[in-house]
Amino acid sequence: MIGRIVAAVAGIGVAGGLGFLAYAWHPAIAPIAPPASTAFSAASIEHGRILAAGGYCAECHTRRDGHEGVPLAGDYLMATPFGAIYSSNITPDPETGIGRWSQAAFIRAMRQGVSRDGSNLFPAFPFDHFTHMTDGDIADVYAFLMTRPPVHSIKRENTVPFPLNVRLLQAGWKLLFLHPGAYRPDPAHDAQWNRGAYLAEGLSHCGACHTPRNAMGAEKAGAAYDGAPVDNWIAPPLNGTNPTPVAWTENEFFQYLRYGVAPLHGSAAGPMSPVIHGGLSELPESDVRAIAVYLASLDQATARQGGDTAHLAAAMRTSTRDLTGPQTDPDARLYAGACAACHANTGATPVPGRPELALNNALWLSEPTNLYQVVLRGINAGEGQAGIAMPSFYHALTDADLARLAAYLRRTRTTLPPWTDLEKKAAAVRATLPAPPVAASH
Amino acid sequence: MTSFRLNGHDISVDVPDDTPLLWVIRDEVGLTGTKFGCGIGMCGACTVHVGGRATRSCITPVSAIQGADITTIEGLDPAGAHPVQEAWKDLQVPQCGYCQSGQIMQAASLLKDYPTPTDEDIDAVMAGSLCRCMTYIRIRDAIRKAASATRGEPSNG
Repeated sequence: MIGRIVAAVAGIGVAGGLGFLAYAWHPAIAPIAPPASTAFSAASIEHGRILAAGGYCAECHTRRDGHEGVPLAGDYLMATPFGAIYSSNITPDPETGIGRWSQAAFIRAMRQGVSRDGSNLFPAFPFDHFTHMTDGDIADVYAFLMTRPPVHSIKRENTVPFPLNVRLLQAGWKLLFLHPGAYRPDPAHDAQWNRGAYLAEGLSHCGACHTPRNAMGAEKAGAAYDGAPVDNWIAPPLNGTNPTPVAWTENEFFQYLRYGVAPLHGSAAGPMSPVIHGGLSELPESDVRAIAVYLASLDQATARQGGDTAHLAAAMRTSTRDLTGPQTDPDARLYAGACAACHANTGATPVPGRPELALNNALWLSEPTNLYQVVLRGINAGEGQAGIAMPSFYHALTDADLARLAAYLRRTRTTLPPWTDLEKKAAAVRATLPAPPVAASH
Repeated sequence: MTSFRLNGHDISVDVPDDTPLLWVIRDEVGLTGTKFGCGIGMCGACTVHVGGRATRSCITPVSAIQGADITTIEGLDPAGAHPVQEAWKDLQVPQCGYCQSGQIMQAASLLKDYPTPTDEDIDAVMAGSLCRCMTYIRIRDAIRKAASATRGEPSNG
């Protein structure tokens, strides 16, 4: 009897294992001779260029640590909780890039996360989003990539340890977390909303940073767009839990995604800056508008914006607080000296280029991370609002100063509970900066 | 190599990326109207315009202004006759004068944002521009006078 049960269990195990193998195993797709650039139409290449920008291919396929690599030649370091993963060379070099990949192999990689040789790709490559693109769009990205100059570049070896580095096991991850297939329009919404959803969920993979991940590195089910830490910053929530006093409306999203600054929320900085400049800014305006419509729907802007007028007025009232008359509060004096010349607003709405901190995302998040990042690094003229810059206070403010400023702003410009361990967190954020942005002046 | 526009001229400088913009303006280009005060962005003496916005140049790395449009006190007005500069002369604002180029650049930027500033507006925005000679009353008067002049009104300031 016992023997029969063992045999039955073993049988089921073997059958299950074979079934898994059948699911997990993918054949290699035969290499091709690299196609001539004449194999693609100019329209397809140009559309592919725009899509590649809107999907930020070059962001993760260009080396940045140590030295600046050639765009798209890969070797970008992704420090995942599972080890370092270096991105692939996606130039059409036949030996080290994707020069021998057929269009079918490229579409399979984008849709199923499988390399040309049949091995499973790590989900650091967001194929769980790209799977929602249409075949036509993927083919155009292929046309663009295959017509770039080939770059011979070998990436560094990943440091993902055994057994996580067994690529066959990635199939288990996909079984659990990949929902393959092109985006299917939601008939409950209009064409513009659906266009926005198609772009945000697929090509532009917003959830890859704005949705928290589970222990297996997959986007958490039921927590879509709840916000998440990314690259030592916080990707803010994009749903109804976004804490800013004024709602992210369609117009705020559009201004932000098109020009890098939302008048009533702040500028794009850190990892979000290249998403906009050189990324979404290459998409046609109608596409950016569609994404804005979709995101405003996600965060329930219509339902939440009822309080905007009152919240805006309250924020503007606090803007010049402590800035006139005698002042003995040392924290207020620090703010007046370091910040107010550029951030004090005296009108009914913020002046463009004078970001109102009482409205700013960074003050309303659960942690001071983004506030510290921006104050320590500053914002380059090429980031955020184009052409203007915020200085770097790296050498100007100690961790204790940063903590005082953060506590003061949180206390006087928001209605939220105080942040904790501010000085320690300031030191932690400072430690993530690879080098001081600006030399000590003396 | 960082390239940008300085007072309307294209400039390229070959300095480390973390070099403060102030050093580039004074030592590389040789425009010494912009002053080094505290070196930590707390006094306003080094204020220049980046894309038209008053910016502390002593803590702005030159790499941050790649491609941007920079204006210093030398470029604020071709004849040195910006309304703020005129008011400065008329009211004999400076005493030692060390902070004045930063004060004037900050004030010019203030008037772009708030063409008819109240005293509270002036205090809020100018609070970060220190004057060790304590000429604050005359600075405020000059800003009001410049605002009136810009509007074409007679001024009793």
